[in-house]
Amino acid sequence: MTRHTLSVLVEDKPGVLTRVASMFARRAFNINSLAVGPTEIAGISRMTVVVDADGDLIEQVTKQLNKLVNVIKIVELVAENSVQRDHILVKVRADAATRLQVTQAADLFRASVVDVSTDSLTIEATGYADKLAALLNVLEPFGIREIVQSGTLAIGRGTRSMSDRALRAS
Amino acid sequence: MSKGTPASPALMAAKSPGHGAQASTHAGAVSTSSQASAVVGPNNVVAPIQMTGSEALVRSLEELGVKDIFGLPGGAILPTYDPLMASDLNHILVRHEQGAGHAAQGYAMVTGEVGVCIATSGPGATNLVTAIMDAHMDSVPLVAITGQVSSAVIGTDAFQEADIVGITMPITKHSYLVTDPNDIPRVLAEAFHLASTGRPGPVLVDFAKDAQQAQMTFSWPPVIDLPGYRPVFRGHSKQLREAARLIREAKKPVLYVGGGVIKANASEELLILAELTGAPVVTTLMARGAFPDSHTLHVGMPGMHGTVSAVTALQQSDLLITLGARFDDRVTGVLSSFAPHAKVIHADIDPAEISKNRTADVPIVGSLKEIIPDLSAAVKVEFESNGTPDLGDWWAFLGNLRDTYPLGWTEPEDGLMSPQRVISRIGELTGPEGVYVAGVGQHQMWAAQFIKYERPRSWLNSGGAGTMGYSVPAAMGAKVGSPDRVVWAIDGDGCFQMTNQELATCRINNIPIKVAIINNSSLGMVRQWQTLFYNSRYSNTDLNTGHDTIRVPDFVKLADAYGCAGLRCERVEDIDATIEAALAINDRPVIIDFVVSPDSMVWPMVPSGVSNDQIQVARNMTPVWDEED
Repeated sequence: MTRHTLSVLVEDKPGVLTRVASMFARRAFNINSLAVGPTEIAGISRMTVVVDADGDLIEQVTKQLNKLVNVIKIVELVAENSVQRDHILVKVRADAATRLQVTQAADLFRASVVDVSTDSLTIEATGYADKLAALLNVLEPFGIREIVQSGTLAIGRGTRSMSDRALRAS
Repeated sequence: MSKGTPASPALMAAKSPGHGAQASTHAGAVSTSSQASAVVGPNNVVAPIQMTGSEALVRSLEELGVKDIFGLPGGAILPTYDPLMASDLNHILVRHEQGAGHAAQGYAMVTGEVGVCIATSGPGATNLVTAIMDAHMDSVPLVAITGQVSSAVIGTDAFQEADIVGITMPITKHSYLVTDPNDIPRVLAEAFHLASTGRPGPVLVDFAKDAQQAQMTFSWPPVIDLPGYRPVFRGHSKQLREAARLIREAKKPVLYVGGGVIKANASEELLILAELTGAPVVTTLMARGAFPDSHTLHVGMPGMHGTVSAVTALQQSDLLITLGARFDDRVTGVLSSFAPHAKVIHADIDPAEISKNRTADVPIVGSLKEIIPDLSAAVKVEFESNGTPDLGDWWAFLGNLRDTYPLGWTEPEDGLMSPQRVISRIGELTGPEGVYVAGVGQHQMWAAQFIKYERPRSWLNSGGAGTMGYSVPAAMGAKVGSPDRVVWAIDGDGCFQMTNQELATCRINNIPIKVAIINNSSLGMVRQWQTLFYNSRYSNTDLNTGHDTIRVPDFVKLADAYGCAGLRCERVEDIDATIEAALAINDRPVIIDFVVSPDSMVWPMVPSGVSNDQIQVARNMTPVWDEED
């Protein structure tokens, strides 16, 4: 299945996340990840939805999203023309004997150590999903105790803003 | 939650599906008129005035031009029922909230205006769910108003609390929970705007009890604030020209007409386009009456129980001119085998319908009211410059099918009346000015087949949802919306028993509908499938209401108990006299128990799961396709 990254501007109103999520569920579309947060404009939130869809299905996903009254604008961000980042916190087993190896591995990925205890380290990393997967691969042999990961965030390259023409009028 | 800022034209124009980073938006706004014009009704100017939320609710409905509403009060909506007493709104007290919902649907379908139903929280609201879902499937403009427990106790599982906004989220076009009384006028104006524009549909507005009770400042018209809602009305001119080119090139075009033509009030425009192109017209179950049955270009209803000529026209076509239809599975049969050689022009106001089931070669998004005349103009230009296509062979083929396989029926062997004859005579004796409202099942299909529809909004049924019990309350709503017309509920004995309590509403509010119960003593369509596909093992389909049974309930006595006229007809020779007698009674509802054969079946039929090419005109009888002339 092809992975698509959709940036969706929505009104910040009660239930908007439910409307989007339940539409995906009811239409049997696959969400790979979803991240929501405020934007530079008050009252407008931005969702980054990563969808697995083949062929014409992505068009149907976009159209169904557009039918939701609270959805203002949808843009598909392609990898070549956008910056896409995931964020991960991972707790790794590390005692005095292995601690140095783990921190060196983290350094290779420009990840930082954000918490230390006698037998574990917590590492924070940001990057494209592939890079984080590689990091986890390297950390795996030490023993991963816990992972928490964000949905993908994505923004178009260049000066233009997605909300430029959508919302600046007022 | 209220933002209060007016939506600017540029903002309204900003919604477009993006492809590629920073996809272009429609710069140069189209909607330049003030947002106030989106408010339904006469747009009276009302200076700010203090009132309660419930008074504002009733006043907003009045300002929106609402005349009739259907509902049933309860605790959480009680504050609103008090000012309703002093209002000019005609509130019709139903006996079950589902009846209010279907009545509002029937009202909307005959008038073209928004239907309004109202219920209390919890079970009152959930009783509306079936009607809301029905309206969603059939794109009926409906506003459902519900009471909700006070905002302070929302989320505590309070008495009669139900998350009706959550429950109805997948079956509404949009929904609101109102907790601030100052939002009431704007939210209702938005609800009516959403329900009635674009692709029509149900909008639910849930009012917390404290919002109804609190003081607010009312003024009118409110400012509608819907930055994400921007339906497109005009079809793209390039697509229209391309469609016209395909129409000229086609040897076997078909106008595949759906319910959208009726919703768009575009029947007159369709007639012009059809006569211009000379293409055969099929009208789907939702579009019966959108094009006159008597017109020579009409080749019937397509689909599972469509005519051979209509089903075959679609199957063999090389161009489907699809207008407000959605390639429903009951029309296409197995999708991959549907109209395999046809290119597709698909015009619809809902872009998501285009290429949802069948990929369109020429998509046209917009209102059919605009698209059809624009297409006619484009076709005219195309024909004038490049010649008019010769559809002689196509018509010879279809005309032959139409003559060889007309709709008909065989008389049942048990000596009982054939239901098709009863329904056919109701249509003939009442005429095309009547309104016919069916339930769901065999009688619905026969009513679609054997009544001749000549005008839009004369045929109402539950198409997408298939809601048994739709008929009586929807007919009630239709009669309220169109009091001067004869309104027939063509119902089954199974369907009738689901919602017949609304006869009380009809009797008491002087809504003299006519109910023809096509009583085959069973859940007939299910029984037909059991006959055909389950070796005639009749599991739980016998209702004991008909011939040679204990007849529970006795429909004539039931009519009598409700203060309605009750008639029974069991012999062929009495059919006309019984219908005439019913047509003569106009001071109260009439219920006729037509005792018919349980063995009659709906034909033609495309069995589920096979190609439309396998259409059967009678059991195990498939038309001969290769017949020469």
